[in-house]
Amino acid sequence: MPVEIDIEHVARLARLDLADEEKERLKAQLGLILEHAAKVGEVAAAEVPPTAYAVPRSNVFRPDVPEPTLPHAEAMANAPEAEDERFKAPRIVEME
Amino acid sequence: MTELCDLLASDLSAMMRAGEASAVEVVGSCLGRIEAVDGRVKAFLTLTPEVARERAEALDEHRGNGAPQSPVAGVPIAVKDVLTTQGIRTTCGSRILETYVPPYDATAWVRASGDGAVLVGKTNCDEFAMGSSNENSAFGPVHNPWDLDRVPGGSSGGSAAAVAAGEAIWALGTDTGGSVRQPASLCGVVGLKPTYGLVSRYGLIAFASSLDTVGTFTRSVRDAASLLSSIAGKDDRDATSLDTPYRDYSEGIEQEITGLRIGVVRETFGEGVEPAVAARVREAIDRLAGLEASIEEISLPHADYALSAYYLIAPSEASSNLARYDGMRYGLRVDGKHSVEMMMKTRGAGFGPEVKRRIMLGTYALSAGYFEAFYGQAQKVRTLIIRDYEAAFARFDVLVSPTSPTTAFRIGERVDDPLAMYLSDVFTIPANLAGVPAISIPCGLDEAGLPVGFQITAKVLDEPTLLRVAHALEQALAFSARPPLLEALTPN
Repeated sequence: MPVEIDIEHVARLARLDLADEEKERLKAQLGLILEHAAKVGEVAAAEVPPTAYAVPRSNVFRPDVPEPTLPHAEAMANAPEAEDERFKAPRIVEME
Repeated sequence: MTELCDLLASDLSAMMRAGEASAVEVVGSCLGRIEAVDGRVKAFLTLTPEVARERAEALDEHRGNGAPQSPVAGVPIAVKDVLTTQGIRTTCGSRILETYVPPYDATAWVRASGDGAVLVGKTNCDEFAMGSSNENSAFGPVHNPWDLDRVPGGSSGGSAAAVAAGEAIWALGTDTGGSVRQPASLCGVVGLKPTYGLVSRYGLIAFASSLDTVGTFTRSVRDAASLLSSIAGKDDRDATSLDTPYRDYSEGIEQEITGLRIGVVRETFGEGVEPAVAARVREAIDRLAGLEASIEEISLPHADYALSAYYLIAPSEASSNLARYDGMRYGLRVDGKHSVEMMMKTRGAGFGPEVKRRIMLGTYALSAGYFEAFYGQAQKVRTLIIRDYEAAFARFDVLVSPTSPTTAFRIGERVDDPLAMYLSDVFTIPANLAGVPAISIPCGLDEAGLPVGFQITAKVLDEPTLLRVAHALEQALAFSARPPLLEALTPN
C-alpha cells in the first residue's frame, strides 16, 4: 500500500515552497517510492549493526598549523546581497 | 574520418612526446569537434576555449624544454559541472547555482590540471547529480551521440557523451549510485568508479556524502588507469580520503588473467534485463572463459534490497547536504518578508522536480517517528550488502554483470515514472553502498546499434585487478564501433 505522507509538514521541514499541483504530484509519487523503499524492513533484524560509511575512517586529524584561508572579498563574491563586507539577510523574526 | 580528437590519450601523449602532434593541435581538434557536434549533443554547459588554447600553448613551450611529461599532459579533458573550477562557473545543472563562480578548485580537477590536462569545458548533468538520464538538468537534456533521440544516461551524461563524440579525450564525472558507469554504458565508453575515498571529494559539490565518488570517462581501460593515477591519493581537505601511497595504475594491466576467479552475479540476469543486453554480456563472459579465467555463478542475496536502501540513504543525505542552499551566501535568492520565507521561496524556485522529490523523500525518512523504520533499516541493509560482497570476494577476484538492464532509452520515455527511472541503476548501486570499485566497458551493440555495458566489480582498493580484467576483456572484444554521428562528419 502506498505510504500516506503529510506533505505540508514535510515541505515545511525541508524549507521548500511548493505549488499545490507539486504537492499533489509529490504526495502520490513519494507514497509509491516509500512503499517500494519500505522493503528494507523485510530484512536486517535487530542484531545487524547499521553502517554509515562502507570504508570507515575515524579521528582524521591534520597538523595544528594555521594555513592561508579564503580572502574576504573572494568569500563574499557570490553573495546575493552584502553590506560592509557582510552577508545581508532579511529579518529573522517572522512578523506580519 | 578519424581526427586527433578520436584518438586515445595514450596515443596522443606518445605523439606529443615524439613531436608528431602539439597540444595546440590536439586541443584545436577537440574544439573543432565541439563546434561540429555540440549544437546537437549538448554535452557542455560552459566552454573554455581561450583558457584551453593558452594552456596548450604553455605546455608546448614547456615540452620544448625537454622536461619530463605526465601521460595526462596536453590531453583535453571535460569536467562534470558538479566539480568546482576556480573562476569558472559551476552550476550543478541547477538554477540555484546558475551564476555561481567558485573561489576554489576541486582536488581531482586540480591534480589532473597540475599534470597538464587541458580543460575544454564543464559538462551538463542531472541537477545535483540526481538522475539517470540527464533529463533533470535545468539547462536541457544531453543527446546520446549514438542516437540523438535517446538519453546519454546520467547523471554524468554530458561527460559520457563528450568522450563518446570526441569533444574531449576523457572526462571527470561523479558516481553516487552509478552516475559514471551507467552513462558510460549507454554511450559506449569506459566508466570507472574507484573505491570510496581513493579520490578526494574536496570540491565535489555534495549530494550523498557516504556514497559520492569521483570517477573517469575514457575510451580505453589504459586511459582510465592513467587518469586515475593522476587524480587518486590522500587529500587533507577530505577527511574520508584514504591514506594510499601513489601508484601508477597502468602498471600490470597487461598481465594475463589465467586462473583468476570470476563470479557472475546471478541476480543481474533476471526480469527487466533486455535480451540483447544479457546476450552481449554472456558473450563477453565466454571471452573471459576463453582467456582461461575460471567462471562460476554467484549470488548476492541482498542485492534485491539495495535499490530500496539506496533510495532512502541517498535522499536522506541529500536533504541534509542541500540545506546549504538557503539564499544567504551564494546562489539564487528570491526575496521574502523574513528569512524563512526567503529560504522557502528561493528553494522552491531554484530546485527542479527530481531534487525536490529527493529532498522531500529524505526529509521524511529522517523525520521523527519514521527514522528507524526507513533510514535506520536502510543502514542495516547496507551492512548486509557489504557482508554479501565480503563473502563473494572470499571466493572470487572480481564479479561481473551487465552495467544497466537496458541500452539507451528515448528522451521523455521515463520522466513521469521515477521508479522506472531508478531501475536503470539497479546493478550499479550495490557497489556504492559497499564502497567497492567498479568499471563499465563497452561489450557490443544491441539490434538498434546501441552500446551495451559490461560491469566488473572488485574488492576495496583492488583497482589493479579490476583494471587488469577490464583490459584483458577489452583487448579480447576489440570493440571498435563509433557513433553514427561521427561517421557522417565531413573532414574540415
